Amino acid sequence: MTGAGVLTTGPAVELLGIWKRFPGVVANAGAHLRVERGSIHAVLGENGAGKSTLMNVLAGVYRPDEGEVWVEGAAHRFRTPADALAAGIGMVHQEFRLVPSFTVAENVVLGAAGRLLRRQAIEDEVAALADRFGLATQPDRPVWQLSMGERQRVEILKALWRDARILILDEPTAVLTPAEADELGAVLRRMADAGRSVIFISHKLHEVTGFCDEATVLRRGETVAASLPVAETGAAELASLMVGASPVTTGRPPPHPPGEPLLEVTGLSAVGDRGLTAVDAVDLTVRAGEIVGIAGVAGNGQRELCQVITGLRPSTGGRVSLAGVDLTRASPRTRFRAGLGYIPEDRLGVGLAPRLSVVDNAMLRTYAEHRRGPLLVADRAAAHCAELVERFSVRTGSLDDPIAGLSGGNLQRLLVGRELSEHPRVVVAAQPTRGLDVQGVKFIQDLLIAERGAGVAVLLISEDLDELLTLADRLLVMHDGRIVGEFDPNTAARREIGEAMVGHVRASGDGPSRPDPAGEGP
Amino acid sequence: MSEASLIGLLAATVSFGALLYLAALGEMVSEKAGILNLGVEGMMAMGAVSGFMAALEFGNPWLALLIAVLTGAAVALVHGWFTVVLGAEQVVSGLSLTILGIGMAAYLGKNAVGRPPGAVLAPVDWPVLSDIRWLGPVLFRQSPIVYMAVAVGVVAWLVLSRTRIGLALRAAGESASTADAAGHSVVGLRLGAVAVGGGLAGASGAYLTLSITPQWAEGITAGRGWIAVALVIFGAWRPGRVALGALLFGGTLALKTRLQTFGVDFSPILLSMLPYLLTIGVLVAISIRSRNRPSPAPAALGIAYRREER
Ligand SMILES: Nc1ncnc2c1ncn2[C@@H]1O[C@H](COP(=O)(O)OP(=O)(O)O)[C@@H](O)[C@H]1O
Ligand SMILES: [Mg+2]
Repeated sequence: MTGAGVLTTGPAVELLGIWKRFPGVVANAGAHLRVERGSIHAVLGENGAGKSTLMNVLAGVYRPDEGEVWVEGAAHRFRTPADALAAGIGMVHQEFRLVPSFTVAENVVLGAAGRLLRRQAIEDEVAALADRFGLATQPDRPVWQLSMGERQRVEILKALWRDARILILDEPTAVLTPAEADELGAVLRRMADAGRSVIFISHKLHEVTGFCDEATVLRRGETVAASLPVAETGAAELASLMVGASPVTTGRPPPHPPGEPLLEVTGLSAVGDRGLTAVDAVDLTVRAGEIVGIAGVAGNGQRELCQVITGLRPSTGGRVSLAGVDLTRASPRTRFRAGLGYIPEDRLGVGLAPRLSVVDNAMLRTYAEHRRGPLLVADRAAAHCAELVERFSVRTGSLDDPIAGLSGGNLQRLLVGRELSEHPRVVVAAQPTRGLDVQGVKFIQDLLIAERGAGVAVLLISEDLDELLTLADRLLVMHDGRIVGEFDPNTAARREIGEAMVGHVRASGDGPSRPDPAGEGP
Repeated sequence: MSEASLIGLLAATVSFGALLYLAALGEMVSEKAGILNLGVEGMMAMGAVSGFMAALEFGNPWLALLIAVLTGAAVALVHGWFTVVLGAEQVVSGLSLTILGIGMAAYLGKNAVGRPPGAVLAPVDWPVLSDIRWLGPVLFRQSPIVYMAVAVGVVAWLVLSRTRIGLALRAAGESASTADAAGHSVVGLRLGAVAVGGGLAGASGAYLTLSITPQWAEGITAGRGWIAVALVIFGAWRPGRVALGALLFGGTLALKTRLQTFGVDFSPILLSMLPYLLTIGVLVAISIRSRNRPSPAPAALGIAYRREER
């Protein structure tokens, strides 16, 4: 079936008219893609545009409802990932496919090992392979001990081990520091020069312009621009293709003087999942009517910081207080009662219970108000839910269906609505607009601005620097568990913020960059 | 306590240990692939009755053992069909299998109750070795199934830790999507592991009716399948530790019937609780230790895998 070396012409990959539907969503709506051999091809698109779905179709994970898959001049109908692997396709998934308890070497050889495994032998072979491609790794370490960047190298090694001719990387740089991302770019270029084809998924434009040859842009499951030469197209045009014709943007909230401090965090520390310090003596204050943004590369303690503030992770030192009340040891419930609202990063999991109905999810925080004696009053709960759905324009089917059926944007509307309708005094919002479409983003951002106007203290954690620069009154940068800088979003230079995000803090000269946290407030 | 009764106790410990070990190894293999099978007791009962009846029918103990193994595997595949292929809840399916297996064994064995065995797997006398004082009677005058259990344990360890298929099987139990993306058939691996588990539970049951107490009676498995399930946890999913645990738990089984003869004033009921208490202790130790590192339990244990689902 495979064009066994004979067909040396034609593109490495050609996808034609790919349709893929999931319950309630059309993930790919006739998407197409053509990747030339020996090139690095970017696939661009906003979250939810269908990039991962399309790549999973190419990698044999999803079977398309319609459409054709051509690899090196031959048509394929992949039934399993094994079929795609046999055709020379290797994929580094957005959520890594690694066994945490296995060593690096075991993970690398998992799909293609000799019948008998000799530990030392495979470790040596993997080390040799890593050397050849300049990918630093420790073959005998278990994967759970590795950083995200190291895990990614293991994923790439897996594909190289199988000698994949076509390598798909799904948002590989999301978990990397800018320096690591540049390194990755160099590795990919070497692979392309050696005749392999690379498909690089991203929504970070500077990476695409930095090391990709061509770009295909997806929007709402469709290809809106195919194989554009990156060098001639430019970042601005790619950006507008990604977002579409009507970029609905939220304006900067009007300046107004913040009120008294509501959320006060002093010297807060906590340990992460891997037993290492994840939050390191963080000080911050959020005042009434103020949005304080936290910027940083994913995995620098933002998640843990949110968890400690909301009571989902124990602190190992420091203090959290809300309007002067010490909540350091309080349960999440006590914190909620004290006026702390939480919009978690992990919506279906921490924020909502996927298999419970819309009604049940809507009352998760306030079920005690819908009871008579020990019994729940179903009518009151349903009325409460209907009100939320109405007020926050949540599009749902039956309110008694499991909430998992809602689309990402509507899940978030319900979650945010649930938290805000209880009139919190402080809101911790983690990645509140991630993965939403443009309308959804605007809706949520406007809600946050309205809260600010109503005198609520908002702590906004986001990976989207543009969002932070638009919404935040003050911007803190987190690196390696610490707050390493503070910026005024009106005047700060992006480059400087970027430097701080990777831990290069310069003693403040021109900007208001100020690593010492003691000097908070006016 | 006489030397003879102490030797008897130790020999029975080894024998019961092997009984538990076979079933626990099977369960371990299944769990390593990510499938929890709580039907061990039912599969053991089916192995016990089918082995006994095959011995009555054919008079050949080895053929009887083989039939017991195949029966156990076939019963396990019912669980496999529901949990691996259809993605059904593993706990529910496993519990049903226990009830089904015990009930069906009682029904099938109605006419075999009280009959003398058609064939037995008699203890083998190892030349020279069996005459060693103490060691001989304890280790070298056991039923061939005991030696098979040891061999199966070594093979299981080798396959799981030293072969490609073992690595793939463990990957299926740790992260099915990873095994799948690496090109392995998760369904195939899991069904295979479940069948092996059932086969070994069947062998364990047949050991009862072909050797330990060569007769058939309803309820002959007496909860030993459950001890085997606990043993997997106690042994932290490692063949060697499961073997040690099997001897320990086997010791409690052997001691239970002998307490009176030894004149020890200890409740046999408390003694039967011991394996479970120890297992709970191990569970506590595991969860304390795994705060900062992965637990020894297969990470995807009990989780159905469907490729296109998130
Ligand atoms: N396995 C799945 N089951 C149900 N819906 C899915 C699945 N995979 C993706 N989707 C949905 O399909 C759409 C496209 O998702 P995806 O391909 O992951 O987008 P991208 O990678 O561009 O962010 C989203 O609405 C997403 O929720
Ligand atoms: Mg994606």
